[in-house]
Amino acid sequence: MSGTPLAALYERMVFIRRFEETLLDLFSQGKLVGTTHTYIGQEANGVGVIDHLDPARDVVFSNHRCHGHYLAFTDDAFGLLSEVMGKATGTCGGKGGSQHLCRGNFYSNGVLGSIVPVATGIALAEKRKGTGAVSTVFLGDGTLGEGVTYESLNLASLWKLPVLFVVENNHYAQSTPVELELAGSIPARAQAFGIETDELDTTDVEEIHAAAGRALARIRETGEPFFLVLHTYRFSPHSKGDDNRDPAEIAERRLRDPLLVAGARLAESERAAIEARCEARLAETVAAAEAAPDAVPEAA
Amino acid sequence: MSPSRRCVQVLNEALHELFAERDDVLLLGEDVLDPYGGAFKVTQGLSDRFPDRVLTTPISEASLFGVAAGLALRGQRPILEIMFGDFIALGFDQIVNGISKFREMYDGQVTVPLVVRTPMGGRRGYGPTHSQSLEKLLLGVPNLCVVAISECHDLRGLLHAAVEDERPVFLIENKLMYGRPHRRPEDGHVGELAVRETGARYPALTFSGNGFAEASVTVVTYGGMLPIVLDAVTELILEHELFCEVVALSQLLPVELEPVLESVARTGALVTAEEGTLTGGFGAEIAARVSELAWSDLRRPVRRVAARDGIIPSARPLEDAVLPSAADVVEAILALEGVRS
Repeated sequence: MSGTPLAALYERMVFIRRFEETLLDLFSQGKLVGTTHTYIGQEANGVGVIDHLDPARDVVFSNHRCHGHYLAFTDDAFGLLSEVMGKATGTCGGKGGSQHLCRGNFYSNGVLGSIVPVATGIALAEKRKGTGAVSTVFLGDGTLGEGVTYESLNLASLWKLPVLFVVENNHYAQSTPVELELAGSIPARAQAFGIETDELDTTDVEEIHAAAGRALARIRETGEPFFLVLHTYRFSPHSKGDDNRDPAEIAERRLRDPLLVAGARLAESERAAIEARCEARLAETVAAAEAAPDAVPEAA
Repeated sequence: MSPSRRCVQVLNEALHELFAERDDVLLLGEDVLDPYGGAFKVTQGLSDRFPDRVLTTPISEASLFGVAAGLALRGQRPILEIMFGDFIALGFDQIVNGISKFREMYDGQVTVPLVVRTPMGGRRGYGPTHSQSLEKLLLGVPNLCVVAISECHDLRGLLHAAVEDERPVFLIENKLMYGRPHRRPEDGHVGELAVRETGARYPALTFSGNGFAEASVTVVTYGGMLPIVLDAVTELILEHELFCEVVALSQLLPVELEPVLESVARTGALVTAEEGTLTGGFGAEIAARVSELAWSDLRRPVRRVAARDGIIPSARPLEDAVLPSAADVVEAILALEGVRS
């Protein structure tokens, strides 16, 4: 896993990017209802971290912005797209929708903070069973406003549980900039509970991949939690069209697009081949999901 | 069966038995370790005997509900002891947005077989935040199973059934009940009252003062109100020669109506009795359903006995004035009878 070539990481990032852009297109065409919280701009985090996890053993608990994590962990694009489209073939039969996914060892839920103690309990279960699994939970800067996050840090440290807390600080809680919602230091929050931390401010998937590899190696070695802070940025709105950020700020961030950073290290022909494969797969996935039967209520 | 065994002992022995039978059962709670053994001593001796499976926790109820959910999602059978029922309020996000939803919203791919044990109830002068009966707040949460135990129910059986249930189960205990004798029916009787017990996973008990001959009123109740209601119906027999049936449910959610409807078909009148506050309560739900399903059986409007809508004061005379008493039950029944043709 740790030797995954950059091209493979790049392909996963491109696919997530195009998947999310496609969702926004489908929304604007009126083919989707409900909501979505896209991962556009943050792809290097999910791909870099999750590459170190074993989907047959390790567990991921994600949040409302879960599509990138889901695709990186399960590679189940059809299940996800048909779930968001309200199809019977969705990963949860259309019952969960965008924010409430479950497949194998992957879970997500839509209330901020709510997922953190559950991921902690999962780690306790896996520790008791001796499976060697790590429970990875993805938080954001917004989640740091929820009190149960700190109760969970305390419990994970106190009980020495194999939890990887990944904080993706994308600098906005919905519309609220981090400066208006967060006091103090992010890593110091975990350090106060005696939890080892690392902090990166990069969009380079190889750097994130290396740091996540170190973090997971520490957890597997010590059995204790680790708190990985990834400063990041989302290019797209919180949800679909709700964005009041300064376009110049977004444009500046786009100069460090994780796809540009990784793509620059690949030959143009390789990049083109990857992008073509992603387009073809996505087109197939959309066609299959559109053709799939709608979810229907069970007979009473 | 020894008549002197108290409910707390029976629960404690049942826990010991469960831990010996299944090694996927673990218990989490505050102050549950020996020699303290829990604030109400239900877990006494458990941590000495099963040190790896009894976890004393920080005072973090909001998270502990989530931790228990995580354990249950991954194949363990956690029992979460919440020291005072009032503290379930801290766990409501986990209860409403996680525990009760995971199975259905994940399309049946998971189950959440956890048990929350917690004592409700007042009459000990503990005041507004340590005396409430908040189980009614759980009754509006789909996919939960809410079970109230009483001193006449098979406590061992109910605890086993809850742990074996694939659904999340709230086992509502009662502070006064812990110290009272476990009064199981013997030869179909508890004291002078005849008793029938349903065969459900969480059985209901129906009591009759005249061997299920004609009776005037059905009283439906549960948990810590049962002995109070039994005192009331005994008084009605002795002082007014009025016979009632008492249905003591254990399963409050999903709503179990069969034993209530059967009794109402015999009596034609219904009083509900609960220790929680009146508005939006257990009695309101039962009254609505019985009115929908058995309107033609009812001779009179349903009456509810419950706590006054307000706080539970600490001073005993003030507390007594707020919580429903045997006299309140008697009065409700007589009021129905007073307008009886």
